[in-house]
This record gives sequence, structure tokens and C-alpha cells, in this order.
Amino acid sequence: MTDHTVKAYDEELHYIGGKISEMGGIAEKMLVDAIDALSRLDADLARRTMERDPKLDLLQREVEEMAVLTIARRQPMANDLRELVSAIHIASDLERVGDLAKNIAKRTTKISSDIRVPRTLIGLKHMADIAALQLKNVLDAYAHRNVAQADDVWRRDADVDAMEDSVFRDLLTFMMEDPRNISFCTHLLFCSKNIERIGDHATNIAETVHYLVTGEPLPVDRPKGGSSGTEPATAGVK
Amino acid sequence: MSMTATAPQATGTLPPNWPDPKSIKLSIRNLNFYYGTTKALKNINLPLLTNKVTAFIGPSGCGKSTLLRILNRMYDLYPNQRAEGDVLLDGQNVLDPKLDINLLRARVGMVFQKPTPFPMTIYDNIAFGIKLYEKVPKSELDGRIETALRSAALWEEVKNKLNASGLSLSGGQQQRLCIARTVAIRPEVILFDEPCSALDPISTAKIEELIDELKSRYTIAIVTHNMQQAARCSDRTAFMYLGDLIEFDETNKIFTSPSQKQTQDYITGRFG
Repeated sequence: MTDHTVKAYDEELHYIGGKISEMGGIAEKMLVDAIDALSRLDADLARRTMERDPKLDLLQREVEEMAVLTIARRQPMANDLRELVSAIHIASDLERVGDLAKNIAKRTTKISSDIRVPRTLIGLKHMADIAALQLKNVLDAYAHRNVAQADDVWRRDADVDAMEDSVFRDLLTFMMEDPRNISFCTHLLFCSKNIERIGDHATNIAETVHYLVTGEPLPVDRPKGGSSGTEPATAGVK
Repeated sequence: MSMTATAPQATGTLPPNWPDPKSIKLSIRNLNFYYGTTKALKNINLPLLTNKVTAFIGPSGCGKSTLLRILNRMYDLYPNQRAEGDVLLDGQNVLDPKLDINLLRARVGMVFQKPTPFPMTIYDNIAFGIKLYEKVPKSELDGRIETALRSAALWEEVKNKLNASGLSLSGGQQQRLCIARTVAIRPEVILFDEPCSALDPISTAKIEELIDELKSRYTIAIVTHNMQQAARCSDRTAFMYLGDLIEFDETNKIFTSPSQKQTQDYITGRFG
């Protein structure tokens, strides 16, 4: 891309792009660590994960402030305008990913001593790995302005949704088997919901990247994976 | 392609995506323009749609003002300037040498970069134009002048001083006076050549508001260096560069997602 005649304009856009990358790195690490902490029941790692969240909040604020200032100063057009609007959207999605990862970590600190059936975690871990890969891929797609990769993430969200259904059914079975499982399984249900939401945010970012690069929005309807008739009332509510 | 009934004198084939002829007020077809031997416009094809605002943007010297000056034959005032091609106003070729230029300029009015009030009263500034084209009784003339001043959103500010000199008004008011003068003749098309470049932001906002109101009655073309103004005021935007029409599309598309790299570089400030 050719540079702007006004160099400070380029610097502002680079600054915002840099902050988004930093946010992406933190959000990704928080998700991986939160899942690691949960699957190994490591309360200490969970606490360290939670401590990263304020930094993400701060970065989101910095992105928004600089984006608003740049819009006011430069009256951006075309790809610059899409760049700034996308930065605001992506920063907001990444901040939410951080909140959701933090919530998983918080639940881990509460239930790490109560997990009675460790194999309940296997499905959850698998689902989280897919979500983490989705997040990693979409951040790569953003960094390289790669539409094909973003579209791929967009299509694959159905995998995370399908996994959520499967995890939900597993946990339900464990709860019916033994009422003592209900407490920690409920926490795990929330964790599964959080992971599903993280998948949704990765999809949002994929949509944003698609718009950023092409100037065209993706269709409103995307492939859905959830199908269970026994899914919780909140499932499917995006 | 065969010539249509509404474009009897057009030559050559229509470009793809050419709109329905019934929606076109002014049809610019295969237009070339020369300043002496210098070619200033190169084969321009572009429709101005009825009751729509079309903006022309591009760096200095790209030909946008030249194009505007062709639409009411303003270039006729200068020797060695020559246009080739067709400019069809409701199907009638504006470039036809036999055309009555005064009549054409009554149908296609123009507002310039700097306000150009005549050194006479506010009232006479407007009456002058009307009298040039029509015989209007005094009683009716007052009404015409009030309507024109109201159309230009100037009436409230000048109704008590219609006998004051047009030159006593502020720059923004003078520009609106010129718009009133143009509107008073009841044109069909209004050409704005950078109408706000000499005005403060408040006057600019008033003119923009005016353009928005006027478009329900007129077909409007505006040349502007202010990209945000083009984005705010127009329905369609043409980007020109070195005499070529580079891109012409819906304004919303041009300013959020132009299809040509040159357009994008220009509107985002990456040019040259």
C-alpha cells in the first residue's frame, strides 16, 4: 500500500494495528492458559490468567481512543475508513474473548478441587482447542489481510457449535448419573458456553476481516452446527 | 447498439451498466475536449440522472471543471476551445452549433467558486436574470423573487433590505444570492463549481442543506475539492484524473469501497 501524503496518518494507523496485534496475542494466550489451567486443574495458572485481563481492557480503550481521534483528524475514506471501523470492532471482540477466558479461569479456581470425574474435561478441552485454533487463524487472517483464511474461520465456527452440543449432552449424562456431579458440571457447562462464545467472537472478527479487505459484508446467515433438541435454553442465542 | 428515441444524436455504443435512458437528464457520450491542441477530456461517458446530485472529484487539472463548463457551453466564450462528442439534454445535443446558447443557459444554470453578485440591489440581482429571459409583470416579479430567495434559504435574512447592494452581503449570503439568481430562472439543471471553497463552515453547511433541498426539483452536478462534501451531498460520484473518467459509481460505494486503486489512493490521501 502506498503511504499517505501525511506521514502522521500512517503512524496513527500503524499504532492502532500494533495495539490490535498486542491484544490478539494476549487474548490468545489467555484462552490457551485458561484451558490449560482447567484441564490440568491448575488454580495458580488460572489466577495468573485472570490477571492479564485488565491489560486487554486498557488496550481496547487505547485502540478506541486513537481510532476516534484519527477519524476526527483525518476524516478517513475507503480502506482507511474500513481499517479504523474494523479496528474498533476487533478490539471489542478481543476484549470480550479476554473476559470469557477470564471467566473460565475464575471457575477453574472455584472447582479445581471438586472435579470428581476428570474425563468430563476431555470434550471441553477438545472444543477449546478448536476455538483457540479459530482465534489464532483469524488473527493471522487479520495480520495478513487474508480473506480466504478469514472465510475459512467463518465457515468452521459450526465445528465449535457442534462440539458444544456434544459436551452439553455428556455433562447432562454425568449429572443424571450422580447428583454430586451437578455442581462442577454446571460450572463446566458455563465454561463450554464461554468457549462457544469465543468461537462466535472469532467469527465476528472473520466477518470484519472479510469486510475490511473486500469492502463487502459476508452473508448474514452462516453455517450453524448446533442441532441438539436437548440443548440449553441459552444455546443458539447469539 | 441502435440509437434510442431519447438519444437521437448519440454516436457509438453505450457503455455497460448505462442506466435507463428515461432516468437520465444529461447524457455525456464519447466526449473529448481540446484547449488548442491539448486534449483535456478523453472520451468521457457519463449520465447525470434526473433529480440526483452527481459529484465530480479529482486533483487540480483533471478536467472536472472543464467538463462542467461544457454542460452549458461556457467554453464558447473562449476561442481555440473545442468539444467533440455528444452532450444530450433530454435527448437534445447541447454541443449543436445551431443551439440557442441563451436558452441553454436558462435551462442549465451555474454557480461559481467565488460569489458573483452584480453591483446592484439584492432585488435587481435576481430580477435581472428573470427579465433577461422572460417578460414578467411587476406584481408577479415580486413573488418570483421572494420564491427564489426562499429557495436559496436567504429570504429571512434579506427580506427587509431588498434594496441594499448585493455586495453588502457576507460571502455565504452572496453565494446564496447567486443560487437564488440561478433558481429564479427556473432551470432544469444546476451546475455548482466548487460553490463552498470560499465559504466558512456554517455557510458551507447552509449551501449543502440547500443542495439537498434543491435536488427534489433539479438535476445537480457539483465539482468539489472537499471529499467529505462530495460524500455528504451527492448520490453518485465521478473520479477524474488527467482528463480520464477513472471511476463513476454510487457515492456510498466510492467512499467506502472504490473499485479502482487510483480512486482509493486519491480519496484516502495517498496520491503521488
